[in-house]
Amino acid sequence: MRAIWKYLSDVLKGIWTLIQGMRVTGHYFFRPWLIVTQQYPENRRKLVMFERFRGEVTMPHNENNEHKCTGCGICEISCPNGSIEIITATVLLPDGKKKRIIDKHIYHLGMCSLCNLCVKNCPSDAIVMAQTFEHAVWDRTQLTKVLNRPGSKIMEGIKE
Amino acid sequence: MGEAEQDRIETQEYLVNMGPQHPSTHGVLRLLLKLEGEIVHHVDPHIGYIHSGIEKMCESLTYPQIPYLTDRMDYLSAHMNEEAVCLCIENALGVEVPDRVKYIRTIFSELQRLASHQLWWCVMGMDLGALTTFFYGLRDREKILDIFEETCGARLTLHYSIPGGLMFDIHPNFRNRVHEFLNYFREKLPEYDQLLTGNVIFQERTRGIGIFPREAVINYGVTGPSGRASGFSCDVRKHHPYSAYPFVSFQEALDDRCDTLARYKVRIREMWESMSIIEQLIDNIPEGDYQVKLKGVVKLPEGEYFQRVESARGDFGVFIISDGKKSPYRLKFRSPGFSNLSALHAMSKGWKIADLVAIMSSLDLVIPDIDR
Repeated sequence: MRAIWKYLSDVLKGIWTLIQGMRVTGHYFFRPWLIVTQQYPENRRKLVMFERFRGEVTMPHNENNEHKCTGCGICEISCPNGSIEIITATVLLPDGKKKRIIDKHIYHLGMCSLCNLCVKNCPSDAIVMAQTFEHAVWDRTQLTKVLNRPGSKIMEGIKE
Repeated sequence: MGEAEQDRIETQEYLVNMGPQHPSTHGVLRLLLKLEGEIVHHVDPHIGYIHSGIEKMCESLTYPQIPYLTDRMDYLSAHMNEEAVCLCIENALGVEVPDRVKYIRTIFSELQRLASHQLWWCVMGMDLGALTTFFYGLRDREKILDIFEETCGARLTLHYSIPGGLMFDIHPNFRNRVHEFLNYFREKLPEYDQLLTGNVIFQERTRGIGIFPREAVINYGVTGPSGRASGFSCDVRKHHPYSAYPFVSFQEALDDRCDTLARYKVRIREMWESMSIIEQLIDNIPEGDYQVKLKGVVKLPEGEYFQRVESARGDFGVFIISDGKKSPYRLKFRSPGFSNLSALHAMSKGWKIADLVAIMSSLDLVIPDIDR
């Protein structure tokens, strides 16, 4: 008799705990507006990242095609993966002095771990993190980018 | 089959591979099981499938570059790992960080612990056959990841602590968002109990399973919630307080039932404690700098330095041997997952193969933390 009673009480207890759990799921089943699902490729236009989001390294240029990079190479040294290469060139100034300027700021996105050390250590704030997040390309050579635009110059008043 | 024929059939032990791509091993962990029928006689973990050589790589990196790599070890408690390295370097340099940094680091650690335990809860349910929990846990974890993303720009591999302070100051929205999250999660955490803890199937599969007494826990060096569930008081936050933990009062979640359900309950209680710690700190973040300016090239004085923190899985330690150069001579991580995994064979001996899954998910293993 006792065994039957225990069996029945176990069954009832089991059903009761299942109902407890189904109360939670049922609550959301009948309130679909509480469910948070992002319809990702459809909401692409409205999707805005936070302003500190680290997407990729970029070099902002102003309307005269000028940037702030002096070619000092601190970003290259501080990068733990070696994803930045700085190629500098020497130009002759009108007063006869030689000056080192940036020729190419090469950035390998495929090797970058987005740790923000280059942006943090840049003395002239020449590079920033962009908020892009769709980096898929057809060929990995497209992941190597030259950050300074062709024909760009350094802005006036940036200290070496 | 005649009776005589049945007598001739002999039972024997046989070997089965579980993993390295098994869904319940949470990564590329291979377990070599010695079974008799369904009963586990021996578990032999084979690790190294995701070995990334982080310790060796650290020897060729400068000190400010090291914390970004530690994010990739135990990715679910990334901030605690960074914090351990940063504290170790700061102690070696004799740099005292401002109180603001300490407070923010502690809040971040606790948020990270919450996020880690939420994911563990999802996966624990999923391993035991309750897929629903996975969606409910990830729904709440998303809120924490949004807080991280707004303040430091990343969701998983944060790289927020740097030697000498923090990468950024907190975002102006940070306080509101954390308050919003705490109010939200205080309502949602009882749902976890309702969904899973009280469930009769879950209880049957965890109560009394994988009993691991206190002596064994100490012998195997099992720390964190898995150790505390056997009554081993091993909370680094309590015994060796660092950052802002001396300023807060909290209970160490201890249990003496030693089984899988106890390990589960300790973690649920830790989530409540984490929320209370964040609540004590969030309104009292002192004003000040978020960073101490270190020298351009950080060089540690010659010697050996050790720092431990409580990560979401247990006692995480960093040991640096410096020879006075700009990168360490040797760097060693004491990762909690490795010691916890070493106890798996003793815990699961004699239990069924289905119990092994429950025991393993109650240990909350993260494989890159074990292999590093």
